[in-house]
Amino acid sequence: MPLHSEFSGIAELRTALSERKVSARELADSALKAIQAHAGLNAFLHVDPDLTLAQADVADAQLAQGGGAALAGIPIAHKDVFVTQGWRTTAGSKMLANYVSPFDATVVQRLLQAGAVSMGKLNCDEFAMGSGNENSAFGPARNPWDADAVPGGSSGGSAAAVAAGLVMAATGTDTGGSVRQPAAFCGVSGIKPTYGTVSRFGMIAYGSSLDQAGPIARHARDLLEVLVPMSGFDPRDATSLENCRGRANTPERIRKDFDDAVQQFDAQGGMPLKGLRIGVPREYFGDGLAGDVAQAVEAAVRTFESLGATRVDISLPLTRLAIPTYYVIAPAEASSNLSRYDGVRYGHRAPDYTDLAEMTSRSRSQGFGAEVQRRIMVGTYVLSHGYYDAYYLQAQRVRRRIVDDFQQAYAEHCDVIMGPVAPTVAKAIGDNREDPTADWLADVYTLGVSLAGLPAMSIPCGFGSAPRALPIGLQIIGNYFSEGRLLALADRFQQATDWHQRKPEIA
Amino acid sequence: MAIQKENVTRIARLARLEFSDDAEISRVQSELSHIFTLIEQLQAVDTAGVEPMAHPLSALQSISLRLREDQADPASTEERRQCLMANAPAQHDGLFLVPTVIE
Repeated sequence: MPLHSEFSGIAELRTALSERKVSARELADSALKAIQAHAGLNAFLHVDPDLTLAQADVADAQLAQGGGAALAGIPIAHKDVFVTQGWRTTAGSKMLANYVSPFDATVVQRLLQAGAVSMGKLNCDEFAMGSGNENSAFGPARNPWDADAVPGGSSGGSAAAVAAGLVMAATGTDTGGSVRQPAAFCGVSGIKPTYGTVSRFGMIAYGSSLDQAGPIARHARDLLEVLVPMSGFDPRDATSLENCRGRANTPERIRKDFDDAVQQFDAQGGMPLKGLRIGVPREYFGDGLAGDVAQAVEAAVRTFESLGATRVDISLPLTRLAIPTYYVIAPAEASSNLSRYDGVRYGHRAPDYTDLAEMTSRSRSQGFGAEVQRRIMVGTYVLSHGYYDAYYLQAQRVRRRIVDDFQQAYAEHCDVIMGPVAPTVAKAIGDNREDPTADWLADVYTLGVSLAGLPAMSIPCGFGSAPRALPIGLQIIGNYFSEGRLLALADRFQQATDWHQRKPEIA
Repeated sequence: MAIQKENVTRIARLARLEFSDDAEISRVQSELSHIFTLIEQLQAVDTAGVEPMAHPLSALQSISLRLREDQADPASTEERRQCLMANAPAQHDGLFLVPTVIE
């Protein structure tokens, strides 16, 4: 096991680094060795020790002077949809198999400025489209708990790398559940913050009104340490928010909210969560939810009740309709975003063609995998003349109704909403690949949150029943801009339970 | 919901995708038909008087898409331009090369 996994979290490791008990270089060396030893997980798409060690040396030089930014020396890695100088950025696609970006994504830049040391680029579903990392052009990533199971997706490599202890934390992106679901399947913690709080500059776009970057780590306290420097207004992202309902969108906002919540909970002694109302939507517990998942999630809610919270049954009637709504809007936005891949300025260009149109069509058909092409086709169709109103605008109207459902719940009944992340534990790699919509239906609990732009987390809360005793995640959904408070809630649960401390034995 | 073959080829042209043969077009047609059966569920939702929502937070606070000054950021050096064009499949003298469009 690599050196960094001997520490309970980023805070403890940071102390050891500043006391020079361990160096950034030693941590990086050790992580790189572990990554190589576990290459069979296929979590990484590009590792370059020279690039990593150069970052480690910079961190060590700062630490030697008694300085060092907040994450100096901490081993992390980036999902391969964040563009990076030096390392390739493929988005899990043949279209960008050899692409090297001339600039860093804002998220990459900010974590670099915070001193974090990147171990490389992580496997993902192609262009972030998928729920199992099986749509990667470079092979599936594997679940560290069971090499024949998917790690989830689209941030499968990110969740697998954290669960296997290869890095302390990883960046992911969540458009319809792609941080929450792999975190759940791999028994680690992940958060998707409120839409607009983290910059999308340099994050290869899939669905622009839905995409949001978020960290994956072992527990809520580590998520906080990574989310804080990642977040904040960025003028280069046109959808980056300057204000969060009147408060400036700065990194400190999240830490302040976390600290305030912790203080409030501490002040309530043995019933820290007294006054917290947890909404549990009845639609999340219908047919299709596996018994073992339901059991683990119910037990987790009871744990919150034992900490003083009150459970309230609520209804989110449009829950199932989030599926067609998302699978109209996301493909529509994707068809626009992916139109830039035309073989002209970068990316794959077909070797043979007769004219420009053929060059473009052939390059795209060769470069994009089946799921990506499927979604581009759906998106193009719903935006086309004669169908735009009936499909795209109708989906946007249903989107508003979904937002209203959540707002009514928060206004009248509860402070947070809890439920499952996925209907089952991780499936076997290769299962159910014939029906293109089978995976889509399993996104039922995560999609509505994305459509609404709300913040949400997944934290480990148990394991499935034998023979598929794989991790189960609890989803915690907050109202807008409550990511700091959500992390504090999750942290309180993680003080009372030890699911987040379980680690897989990797071959 | 059944998708017509002509629609598949029309949409493929709009999307700049090509399908290799009739068998592939049929496969895509069948997949899209299956997908649109799912999407048709939206038609049953009552959305009378509901405005479309493009940005998820637009009901919560005023969202304006910022514009920046229309000022070109010069590439500034030959070296920087080369760096920006490093991924080009074909280039010459700072130009991206494509098949002739206008004779």
